[in-house]
Amino acid sequence: MLTPEQWTAKLVEVIARASTQLPPDVVEALRRSRDAEIEGSLARKALDSILHNIELAASNWQPICQDTGTPLFWIHHPIGMSTRMLVAACEEAVRRATGKQLLRPNAVDPLTEKNTGHGQAPGIPTVHCEEWDSPEVEVRLLLKGGGCENCGTQYTLPNQALKADRNLEGVRRCILDAIQKAQGKGCSPGIIGACFGGDRSSGYIESKRQLLRPLPDHNPIPEIDALEQDIVAQSNQLDIGPMGFGGNTTVLGVKIGHLGRLPASYFVSISYMCWADRRAGARIAADGTVTWLE
Amino acid sequence: MAKLTLPCDVETIRALKVGDFLELEGRIVTGRDSAHHWLLEHHQADVAPLLAGSVIYHCGPVVKRHEDGHYSFVAAGPTTSAREEPYQADVIGRYGLRGVIGKGGMGAKTLKGLQEHGAVYLHAVGGTAQVLAQAVVEVEQVFMLKEFGVPEALWVIRVSGFPVVVTMDSHGGSLHAEVEKASRQKLEQMLGLAS
Ligand code: SF4
Repeated sequence: MLTPEQWTAKLVEVIARASTQLPPDVVEALRRSRDAEIEGSLARKALDSILHNIELAASNWQPICQDTGTPLFWIHHPIGMSTRMLVAACEEAVRRATGKQLLRPNAVDPLTEKNTGHGQAPGIPTVHCEEWDSPEVEVRLLLKGGGCENCGTQYTLPNQALKADRNLEGVRRCILDAIQKAQGKGCSPGIIGACFGGDRSSGYIESKRQLLRPLPDHNPIPEIDALEQDIVAQSNQLDIGPMGFGGNTTVLGVKIGHLGRLPASYFVSISYMCWADRRAGARIAADGTVTWLE
Repeated sequence: MAKLTLPCDVETIRALKVGDFLELEGRIVTGRDSAHHWLLEHHQADVAPLLAGSVIYHCGPVVKRHEDGHYSFVAAGPTTSAREEPYQADVIGRYGLRGVIGKGGMGAKTLKGLQEHGAVYLHAVGGTAQVLAQAVVEVEQVFMLKEFGVPEALWVIRVSGFPVVVTMDSHGGSLHAEVEKASRQKLEQMLGLAS
């Protein structure tokens, strides 16, 4: 079994990877969108710059974006492991990664308006721990930038202005509206995580968890899978484009989950993730061996 | 790609149009929320001459402090400009700024300010922190570091070959307003909503 100190060191590795190495499926999607833009267009130039940036960050192990975001951890752990230890290790890892400039000092106390200076504060990072039967630990990390987080939004259905009822068509309308409202402000081309159902807080958490899915995967529920593909295609017709410069790629992927709801409520919660879709996943065995996950 | 050397005069800025690509050369200053408030609290005489004729960069960088005490930018992309919308036009007017670098564009008040004072909004590609940090050749000095922290401090930097696009010009043109309007119409058509 690893010591808390060893866990911290492993988690710093996960942070380093998330902050500097963009997942291959995202890079691939960005390459394809670059090729789909007209030569000489602002959209193509923006994507060229983005692709160049990804290479620079990866080869120098430097942060892809200076806003290293809120670190969101999802951890699966074996029976009997202390979640308090895991949370403390995540917090320490964030402080240490900040000291190494892998993360920016990104935590502000809203009462004093002082930056804590080490990247950590109550609620930062957020850590979700769940027990499972495997003897290994699985860590999934998302670094969620502030600009795109500000584009997140929540709808309650029915919504008259959008002619959105309490059904999948209504969900589609909300998501498209959110994408149009975001314009380029969330650093498009973005990735949408959404959840219908749940309450105001669980819906947002699930919408973020959806962002852990690799881009090419398919939703196991056929109608939701079709909805995800449809929304990608439709939003790319809006001509918002990379950075909101206009162009053919506004969104790289849409991932939709759902949770049980109360009869009275029907929420559609939407999280916008920027092109700098910094997620990393690792399986860590009891002896400390790390296997990186897509 | 045309070069824009900073500081510059109003005529140079008036010649720029929406859609122009530029490479910036010279001295600029970073500033975001805290800096904008601070700049409007009093006339900040120390920074004023550095801002006159130059541009303010909406950026909260990752900065490395070297052993000998000098700083360098590790990651330095633009941050969302919309947060400065209530203050930007005033800051431009008071300090004689010739422009702003940021991302996501700004609103009607700033657009009017740009027209009035002869300034432009320059869009850097959001998230390209490494490409842009490479274009920061020197960190000259920093204001309010202790008070505001690294991301919010005013960093005075020298840039070379710093790529930006003019998305709001000094003649009332705004790419953001155009794209917003056209995409709203498309969405309304797509969803059969009355416009
Ligand atoms: S929204 Fe843009 S600036 Fe913010 S973290 Fe993402 S890429 Fe960086």
